[in-house]
Amino acid sequence: MIKTQERIIEKLLLISALFTILTTVLIIIVLSYEAVIFFSDVSIIDFFTDTQWTPLFDEKHFGILPLLTGTLMTTLVAMSIALPVGLSIAIYLNEYSNKRFRAIVKPALELLAAVPTVIYGFFALVIVTPFLQMFIPNLAGFSSLSAGIVMGIMIIPYVSSLSEDALFAVPKSLREAAYGMGSTRFQTVFKVTLPAASSGVIVAVILAISRAIGETMIVAIAAGQQPRLTLNPLVPIETITAYIVQVSLGDVPHNSLEYRTIFAAGITLFVFTFILNNISFWLRKKYREKYD
Amino acid sequence: MTNIQLNRAKDKMFATWGVVSTFFGIILLAVFIIFILYDGLPRLSWQFLVSLPSRKPENAGVYTAMMGTIWILGLTLLFALPLGIAAAVYLEEYIPKGKFATILEINISNLAGVPSIIYGLLGLQLFARTMKFGGNLLAGSFTLSLLILPIIIVATREAIRAVPSSIKDASFALGATKWQTIWLQVLPSAFGGIMTGLILALSRAVGEAAPLIVVGALAYVPFAPKSPMDEYSVLPIQIFNWISRPQHGFVVNAAAAIIILLVITFTMNAIAVFLRNKHQKKTN
Amino acid sequence: MKENKKDNTESEIPYLITVQNLNAFYSDFQALKNINLNIKPFTVMAFIGPSGCGKSTLIRIFNRMNDYIDGFRIEGNVIISGEDIYSKTVHTENLRKQVGMVFQKPNPFPKSIFDNVAYGLKIQGIKDKKFIEERVEKSLKQVVLWDEVKDNLKKNAYGLSGGQQQRLCIARTLAVEPSIVLMDEPTSALDPISTAKIEDLIFELKNKYTIVIVTHNMQQAARISDQTAFFYLGEMIEVGKTQQIFTNPKQKRTENYISGHFG
Repeated sequence: MIKTQERIIEKLLLISALFTILTTVLIIIVLSYEAVIFFSDVSIIDFFTDTQWTPLFDEKHFGILPLLTGTLMTTLVAMSIALPVGLSIAIYLNEYSNKRFRAIVKPALELLAAVPTVIYGFFALVIVTPFLQMFIPNLAGFSSLSAGIVMGIMIIPYVSSLSEDALFAVPKSLREAAYGMGSTRFQTVFKVTLPAASSGVIVAVILAISRAIGETMIVAIAAGQQPRLTLNPLVPIETITAYIVQVSLGDVPHNSLEYRTIFAAGITLFVFTFILNNISFWLRKKYREKYD
Repeated sequence: MTNIQLNRAKDKMFATWGVVSTFFGIILLAVFIIFILYDGLPRLSWQFLVSLPSRKPENAGVYTAMMGTIWILGLTLLFALPLGIAAAVYLEEYIPKGKFATILEINISNLAGVPSIIYGLLGLQLFARTMKFGGNLLAGSFTLSLLILPIIIVATREAIRAVPSSIKDASFALGATKWQTIWLQVLPSAFGGIMTGLILALSRAVGEAAPLIVVGALAYVPFAPKSPMDEYSVLPIQIFNWISRPQHGFVVNAAAAIIILLVITFTMNAIAVFLRNKHQKKTN
Repeated sequence: MKENKKDNTESEIPYLITVQNLNAFYSDFQALKNINLNIKPFTVMAFIGPSGCGKSTLIRIFNRMNDYIDGFRIEGNVIISGEDIYSKTVHTENLRKQVGMVFQKPNPFPKSIFDNVAYGLKIQGIKDKKFIEERVEKSLKQVVLWDEVKDNLKKNAYGLSGGQQQRLCIARTLAVEPSIVLMDEPTSALDPISTAKIEDLIFELKNKYTIVIVTHNMQQAARISDQTAFFYLGEMIEVGKTQQIFTNPKQKRTENYISGHFG
């Protein structure tokens, strides 16, 4: 009797674990199903080459490029802040600071990632944009610059904590060898530790990029809702995620072509983040094996 | 300057730069929060907490959004917690080594990286449309449950792994079955770690707006929800809604609502950090 | 496989534990080579030998604690109370109620003293409060811990000293009323005074239980055991009366080990 009870429990636990697989499968099915119908109406070549995205207008264009460049711009701005700052923090905490400092600072840094993104959106729109306009007069009220800067601040702890793990994994003996030859901490970090931890740092960067690509509320609030093909960070643009929010807030009839655009945009987003996440998973696995 | 002096100077400069970097984000966040407090604090009152939404900013309150947030959190907890713990126990204690284990491992790490808005699209099609829930609390909390499931699983697995194997040995040696050992020894010992992960997951859920907007939560709900089948709004969506209004009064409202949301998330994170420190001290 | 019948004559059930042609493997590594061994009831059997000789592997075979190790398997027979414990009809849960185990480091549960001792009864589904209380008291008295803890039964077991914790773990094992108690270096983490207390205890327990003990400490084996088996690199080199093993070993390798030439 005990044996059957144990077996039933094990089956229940297995089913719970299989839920995670089911979630992935359902995401893929839902996105592809709607996307396939979408691509029976819109040519996939137009989708990737047309330079206009106007599904909600009378004269419809379904070129994803403007949304992609919008996403790219906010991500670029965010990474150009998060990468140098996050990496410096990781190096400082791991090689320079003492334990007490680290114990106090780390929860404070984690707080940066804990603030709800809708609040960061408010910061970008109401505080950062007016502040920047004092120095950049032609900065528009919505821009990839403000949204990207604030997103960069949010992403700092992702870069710093993952890079710190990577630096921490570098064997002590390597560092001691460098110190033993009279290197300063600066030389040790940049000539020995950082190169040895490079694949781990790359993982941190990839995951942070993936996080930035998928971020929604900051860009929906502060980057604008004007899909346009531009690399100018000072003008309003629209990202993939912001477009999905825009359509969700409107009254687009279900089963219409306009409704399906959010799934076509969604699957594009999913594919990008999926690839980035998998690359980082394998890289991380590889560098963990290296030091085991 | 000699080479050694130059190297020393570089070293010193980087040490300074490190401190600057460390406090860069923290100080900016602090400045932002001071702005918010300046804008929103005068608006905060009991009246603001218990008022329904309104077209006039000075009459509007967060009551319906607060109630929606509480409902969503409660239901999400109800679905995600048992499922997450069960899945984690299976992965940590039962799963046979091999391909299946690797696939599950990769899958969970992938799910944790899927943008939250994608969960919204899944919820929209699966819960709101196929299961015909529409934009009700059930559809929203199912969606958020799937979103925080990977976080709960990862945290629970870590907590289970931290339970010393000597305790399991002792239980098995007394004739306990595997499940008895897990239920009576492993899970109680891992309780602190599981709670920490759970609170962090909920603090994530409380701030989510994007997936709920996609799945059909409303920006304007006249009444607080009374059952899981009701329509709802949540604090972040209410804030988003107020930010996008042109009148200055709504921006002030948004700032006041942000203070409430910040207090909730910071409290949750503080509890989680406190629990984690307490837990670490105990195991050391 | 239930109780040992004490009224049986020795010739009917001469041995409580019989090991026949036993080989044990961790994946490709052979940890035990062709072991044959008999253990009589109500005796103390000590396993000695240098680290990695297989003595811990063997003791953990007696209650199948090695089942959880990936790639572990055995060949041969292990018979306890007339039943092959590796046959498919044997449930490890029932086996372990009869064959208790005490570990190297004291490993009380992070619960109260009372709950620690009562755990084995509770998992058997026993709910009779009075019965449980009596059994807890009896077990704690058996390990001479009762007077030290009787006013603090609700306190967390982690508050006890190392020696007290180990006696608590022994009481926890005895509460299930096993017929065999396995002890895997039970005093290796304890101070000399606590060690002496446990040794006294083992001497007392011999009247009611059969004890198999693994020890690194040869003096300990000499002090408390009736029989001693010497293991080396997975083989059992010699087994016999403890006095004979320590004073007049038949094998050169046993003599070398006992006189401290290696190990």
